[in-house]
Amino acid sequence: MSEKKFSKKHEWVSLDGDVATVGITKHATEMLGDIVFVEVPDAGKAVEKEGQAAVVESTKAASDVYSPISGEITEGNKAIADDPGSVNSDPEGASWFFKLKIKDKGEYDSLMSKDEYDKFCKENPS
Amino acid sequence: MEVQKTALYNYHKNLGAKFVPFAGYEMPIQYKDGIVKEHISTRTHAGFFDVSHMGQFFLEGDETLIESLEKIIPADLKNLKIHHSKYSFLLNNEGGIIDDLIITRIEKGFCIILNAACKENDIKQISQFLKKDHKHLLNNDLSLIALQGPKSVEILENLIPGVANLKFMTGSNFEYEGEKLYVTRSGYTGEDGFEISISNKRVEKLIDYLISNEVKPIGLGARDTLRLEAGLCLYGHDLNERINPVEANLRWAIPKKRKEVGGFNGWEKIKNLLAKGSEKIRVGIKPDGKVIARENTKIFSLDNNEIGFVTSGTFGPSVNAPVAMGYIKSEFSEIGTSILLEVRGKKYGGKISELPFYKKVMLNKGKQI
Repeated sequence: MSEKKFSKKHEWVSLDGDVATVGITKHATEMLGDIVFVEVPDAGKAVEKEGQAAVVESTKAASDVYSPISGEITEGNKAIADDPGSVNSDPEGASWFFKLKIKDKGEYDSLMSKDEYDKFCKENPS
Repeated sequence: MEVQKTALYNYHKNLGAKFVPFAGYEMPIQYKDGIVKEHISTRTHAGFFDVSHMGQFFLEGDETLIESLEKIIPADLKNLKIHHSKYSFLLNNEGGIIDDLIITRIEKGFCIILNAACKENDIKQISQFLKKDHKHLLNNDLSLIALQGPKSVEILENLIPGVANLKFMTGSNFEYEGEKLYVTRSGYTGEDGFEISISNKRVEKLIDYLISNEVKPIGLGARDTLRLEAGLCLYGHDLNERINPVEANLRWAIPKKRKEVGGFNGWEKIKNLLAKGSEKIRVGIKPDGKVIARENTKIFSLDNNEIGFVTSGTFGPSVNAPVAMGYIKSEFSEIGTSILLEVRGKKYGGKISELPFYKKVMLNKGKQI
């Protein structure tokens, strides 16, 4: 598994061969607060880079989750749809959102590193 | 208009509050614990809410004051006993709800608690009916603190002896730190609790005491989930000037005598609706799954006709499921009726539900503890 890369919309991506795993960052969960609803995409759905792919709702509001990378969904994480609160406890581990087969590794390479993302969050406080 | 702050603003800041603009005030939406924990600690222990943004409007006058107020408030003020409170509203000529309120009879007249966003207009509307010798004051020197939850009575009784004797929807004067304050047994969460009207100078000391008794600060976020589980309306969402008390399913708040005799704004219309029923009515809604049907979600019948809309919707932490309220064509309002909710372009199943969604835990054979 490759190192995690990060998007400006607060998603993380890791890569295993040509299959990427996408979730939302710990920083994102802290901004959202208590997560009470998650909708993940079904296998087979095509997603574009920065296209809407999933939904996350906290007690406060609903937000879209974008795919930082284009490809075809191979799996949505049903476990988080059944237990949305688990996203708050392990956002960058077991509570990933979806996996997808990617087309262009260049899209992954162009995302931010952990250090770059941390810096981005500091410079863009919500 | 400049953003206003309550006397506790800095106190909230030190408690780690996140603020949002609300009705012209900077108010805490949540504190460090977050909405769900704040909600649960109110239901299991006690929480305090700074609701000082709400208007505390005092009226003084002779018997003619009652006549004046009854023209715009459909409560039985004539027979309202001293220190007793009623939930009621201000009505316009069409019977639409200008604001919902709690009115309490006090020594020289009445105290009305008004919603923050409405209070200035409310006072204008009420003033139209007042006579020259009726005195009125929106008292901004007072804070208003709601203490809510099963431990409220024990905690407050230790500080202000006698409050435990108050019955629900009554109040009284008490002494605290050598100063008079007014406490009512009431609230907006579905729990037992109190609302404490206290001078801005003393309010921090009261909060110090509450915090030392593990009472958590509760923000507007959990206030909303608590009141929605309790089936209570939020003005500007579930109620507005185009909705009347019959549609809002609040006919219980207009006493029989006033329904029959009238003499208040919009009575003709309301009387007519009471006899015939309204086209739409406020109901509770439970989505079948986990999807949250938020405000403005469209409601459809099973054969795909649009039949209503959601006015409040969230996840109810104590119900552990999404809950909502909205308006629906009356023929679909029966409890248990299956409906469809359109969320992000997809239709999800749901049912018309009884209100409230949550009832407080009763122990000792129904005696409140």
